[in-house]
Amino acid sequence: MLKIEDLHFSYRDKPVLSGIHLNIVPGEIIGIIGPNGCGKTTLLKHLNRNLDPAVGRVLIDDTDIETMTKSDIAKHIAVVPQSNEIHFSFTAKDIVMMGRMPFLKKFQGETSEDIRIVDESMKKTNILEFEDRFINTMSGGERQRVIIARALAQTPEIILLDEPTLHLDISNQFEILDLVKKLSDEEGVTVVIVSHDLPMVVRYCHRIVMLKDQKIFAMGTPEEVLTEGNIREVFNVDAVLEKDERTGQNTVRVFGSCTNG
Amino acid sequence: MKSTGSVGRKRAKVLAATVCLTGLLALFVMLDLAQAFINLSFQDALFALFGYGNETHIIIVQKINGPRVIMGCAVGAGLGISGAVMQAIFRNPMASPYILGLSSGAAFGAALAMSFPISVIPLFVTVPVFAFIFCMVTMFLVYSISRVGGRVPTETLILCGIAVGSLFSALVSLLTYLAGDRMMGIVFWTMGDLSQNGWQNSMIVVPLILAGSLIMVARGRELNAMMLGDAHAKDLGVDVKKVRLEMLISSSLVTAAAVAFVGVIGFVGLVVPHILRIILGPDNRAILPLSMLGGAAFVILCDYLSRALFADLGILPIGILTSLIGAPYFIYLLRRRRHEVGWN
Repeated sequence: MLKIEDLHFSYRDKPVLSGIHLNIVPGEIIGIIGPNGCGKTTLLKHLNRNLDPAVGRVLIDDTDIETMTKSDIAKHIAVVPQSNEIHFSFTAKDIVMMGRMPFLKKFQGETSEDIRIVDESMKKTNILEFEDRFINTMSGGERQRVIIARALAQTPEIILLDEPTLHLDISNQFEILDLVKKLSDEEGVTVVIVSHDLPMVVRYCHRIVMLKDQKIFAMGTPEEVLTEGNIREVFNVDAVLEKDERTGQNTVRVFGSCTNG
Repeated sequence: MKSTGSVGRKRAKVLAATVCLTGLLALFVMLDLAQAFINLSFQDALFALFGYGNETHIIIVQKINGPRVIMGCAVGAGLGISGAVMQAIFRNPMASPYILGLSSGAAFGAALAMSFPISVIPLFVTVPVFAFIFCMVTMFLVYSISRVGGRVPTETLILCGIAVGSLFSALVSLLTYLAGDRMMGIVFWTMGDLSQNGWQNSMIVVPLILAGSLIMVARGRELNAMMLGDAHAKDLGVDVKKVRLEMLISSSLVTAAAVAFVGVIGFVGLVVPHILRIILGPDNRAILPLSMLGGAAFVILCDYLSRALFADLGILPIGILTSLIGAPYFIYLLRRRRHEVGWN
């Protein structure tokens, strides 16, 4: 259980987040959406103490993360960052193996148990066949799967994904999010996704948090949050949430900007 | 199992490289120990090292060649590992003590201590201390000038290193003119000389380099994560600020110790880690300790060649040889491996 209590954060006197309260329930996939600069990524960075709040607390199972070491936090929370461009020729396996870092002491080599966990993670993300390939020669989708495997190797309860589909083609976008959903269903991992992609968020998230002007504007199921009025108010676009006849799933249809219309 | 195999293969490769480098180092050390104006066989040299045999041999090996070889090993190991660490923290294969101007900064500190001796404190203390201070100054100067919005682009890093390095080289030259008789000549400072040292200086340099290197080797795993980027490293539980500061200080310390008594020997920290990375991949847990072995072997080989190549004419400054090998390699890096260096 991840709990955010009255979180405030400013960047150079400019408030970025103010008064955020949020409970993240084990096993759920929760989406954080909002316009550019609303503090989405900043919020995400607070969840694993990549940033420290000015006011407020973040609790994992009732423990304030302020009192935990960085590597202890990394045992509970794994991150799939926004940009995963890597310039050095680490192999896929090297990268996934780094997921075991928080568990190893100085000078300690990986045990056979670590290697087993790494292999398992690579199997789940379907990258076993390119374990010896270099990360800097991979496509964006392949790289993203390697990073997700690394996150799994941390055996976390919570995975944070920052714009996981940003640089991917459409087919890879679905592949990655199907994978995330599968992990959530089968492993019970809690997933927090920050994204701009409303149709994707609606399709995969159990719950949505909508941010506007440093605050939570709306929170709840996709149907509750993504009303026509809310979307217009927050994103300034004309769009509706509707059930797609062909897939039977919710999607968002965007008609255009409200300013020009 | 296939995957355990891939980890096993990597370990076997590292082990093989360790054995090869140790063998090469041992060979070069013997060549250099036996290097003399008279004919000295490996066997004679080995006996003389432990105090047996002809008195001339003992003097040559123990008093002349021994201290030089020890100093050379320490300096090579120090420059090799410092280069490897700088490349990791700057995420840049071109970073090294020489290219970033740190060697020149340290040389200026050492030269300053020599030209203005403090009567109550002996030179073997002031020289390394001043070298360290100015090495740190150079490091933070180059680091803060070339940092643009949290990133250290290759172009600014190298230009800045060259500029700051030239400044300190000029200052060293100035000092050698002003205080000529109290200090070594310009050639010593710009191209290095391992032979000006007795055992005493080695006793200072060796522990400093070993201690600094141990701190760096212990952080191999964290450095791997930092090579992916600060955000990645933080997400994996690395205290990035702390580790980076620790690495900046320990690599400066080791560079300073490597330069203080032997002057500037260029390109060791660039060439050695880079070749090792091509063979073994970027894992710092292997690259850092092997850069020590490789650096030592490279410096001792160059020292031997500088004495053996033109034995009739005299001894070449060692830096001529390291630069003759290193500078073309640097140009090759710029031309051939552009994408890896981040120039596109």
